[in-house]
Amino acid sequence: MSAALSTTLSAGFERPVFDAQAVFRCVMMAMARPGLIRTLTVAVKPPGRMAPAAAALALAMCDFESPVWLDDALAADPAVAEFLRFHTGAPIVADPRKASFAFLADGAEMPPLDCFALGSPEYPDRSTTLVIGVDWIDTESGWRLAGPGVNGQTRFSAGPLPHDFLGRLSDNRGLFPRGVDLVFVHGDRVAAIPRSTVVEK
Amino acid sequence: MNAPMTAGYNFAYLDEQTKRMIRRAILKAIAIPGYQVPFASREMPMPYGWGTGGVQVTAAVIGEHDVLKVIDQGSDDTTNAVSIRKFFARTAGVATTTSTADATVIQTRHRIPEAPLTEDQILVYQVPIPEPLRFLEPRETETRTMHALEEYGLMHVKLYEDIARHGHIATTYAYPVKVNGRYLMDASPTPKFDNPKMHLSPALQLFGAGREKRIYALPPYTQVVSLDFEDHPFEVNRFDKPCALCAAHGVYLDEVVLDDRGGRMFVCSDTDFCETRRAEGHRGEMLADTPADGGAA
Repeated sequence: MSAALSTTLSAGFERPVFDAQAVFRCVMMAMARPGLIRTLTVAVKPPGRMAPAAAALALAMCDFESPVWLDDALAADPAVAEFLRFHTGAPIVADPRKASFAFLADGAEMPPLDCFALGSPEYPDRSTTLVIGVDWIDTESGWRLAGPGVNGQTRFSAGPLPHDFLGRLSDNRGLFPRGVDLVFVHGDRVAAIPRSTVVEK
Repeated sequence: MNAPMTAGYNFAYLDEQTKRMIRRAILKAIAIPGYQVPFASREMPMPYGWGTGGVQVTAAVIGEHDVLKVIDQGSDDTTNAVSIRKFFARTAGVATTTSTADATVIQTRHRIPEAPLTEDQILVYQVPIPEPLRFLEPRETETRTMHALEEYGLMHVKLYEDIARHGHIATTYAYPVKVNGRYLMDASPTPKFDNPKMHLSPALQLFGAGREKRIYALPPYTQVVSLDFEDHPFEVNRFDKPCALCAAHGVYLDEVVLDDRGGRMFVCSDTDFCETRRAEGHRGEMLADTPADGGAA
C-alpha cells in the first residue's frame, strides 16, 4: 500500500470486550424499545463527521462478515474508512444493497430506503441496519410510534431528515417482514425505529 | 456466591467475533419479532439439548455487572441450571442469584418465572425445536416458504385434529403462538400455562436454539396470541389444589410421587417463588410434613 495512513487515526475501545458488550446492550435495548433514547456509557473519539455513538456501534457490531456502506458525507473523509478498516476489518462497499450496516452523517440527503438491502420474504434478516447521524432527537413531540416494543404509544422525531421521511418510513413498514431497521445517533445518544414499528403523524 | 474465574477464556467463554455474529442476529430477531434468524451456532462445552442456544445468547448479551439466574423447569437447583450458572460464574465472573427479582438476565429451560418480570430484565429461553411447523412439515425449504407466505393453515388443522380426537385442544406445551399478528412461533416447550405471560411482557425475551442454529425474539410489549378457535378458546392448565408447600393458587404445579401407594403432592414448579412465599409465612397443607426449615435448603 502506497497510500499513507492519516496521522489522526482515532482510537478504538479502551476495554474492547466490555465496551463492545455495553454498546451492544445499549443498541439492543434501543431496538427493543423503539423511540426511547439510550445513552452510551462508553466514550469513543469518532473519526471525521461520524457521531461518537455511530463510531461506537461500528466498533461493537462490525467485522469482516458485515459489509459497511458510507454516505457521501462520510465517504468524503478518508479518516472514516481508515477507522473502520483498521478497527473492524469490515469491507466498505459502494453498493448499499450489499451492506449489513450503512452509516450516514447527512440524514437530509439520504437515499431512498429501498436502495438498501431489504431482505427476502424467506430471509428478511438479510437486510441493512441504517445508522443515521442527526442533529437532534426529540421524544416529547413528533411522530406517534406504535408496535412491538412500544408500551401503548410514544412520540419521536429526529432531524434533519428528508421532508418526506414519514412516508418513507410507512413504505418501509408496508414491506414487513422485509425492510430496513433504523438507528438514530446524536452524540452519545441512540434511538431506533425497527421495521416493525408503525409510525404516524 | 461467585466461583473463582477460570483463566484462559475470553469473558463469557465465546470469542468476540462469535459474539458480534450472535449480536447481529439478535438485532434482526428483535426487529422482526417471531422470525427465526439463522446463526452460526458454535460447539459449546456441553451437549446439544443442554441449552447450547440459550448459553450462546446469554454469553453474547451478558456484561460484567449483570446478575444471572438460571432455571430448569422452574427450578434453580437442577443439574442443568446449576451447571450453566457455574459456567457463567467461572467464565464471566458474573454474580449469580436464584431470586427472580434480583436477576437482570434469566436463562430458562421451559418455564417463565411466576413473579412478574420488569423492563430491566432479559429472559433467555433454551429452545430445542424452534420451528413450530417442523412436526407437520419436515422440510426446512417448505416451512421457510410457509412463513414467507404466512401460510399457517396446517397448524390450525393440527389443533382441529386434537379437538376431533380428544374433544379439546390436547396440546399442553410448546403451544403455538402468533406474534404481532404475523409470525407463527414456537413458545419453546414451556407449559401453555406460561403463554399468557409472554403477551405484552415488559421484559425482552430472547430465544436460542443451538443445534437448530436459530435465534428469535419478542421485544417488550409485543402481542403474543395463542392459536385457538372461537368455539374452543385457548385455556391454560388448571390445578384442583394450591401448592402443598406454600398454598399458592394460580401457579404452575409439579406432581411429586411420595410413595408406592398412590401418595402424591403438587408443589410450585418455580422454586424461588415457592421459597419466597414460605419465607413470607404462607403455609401449604403438607408443609408440616417436611423438614424443619420448610425444605427450602
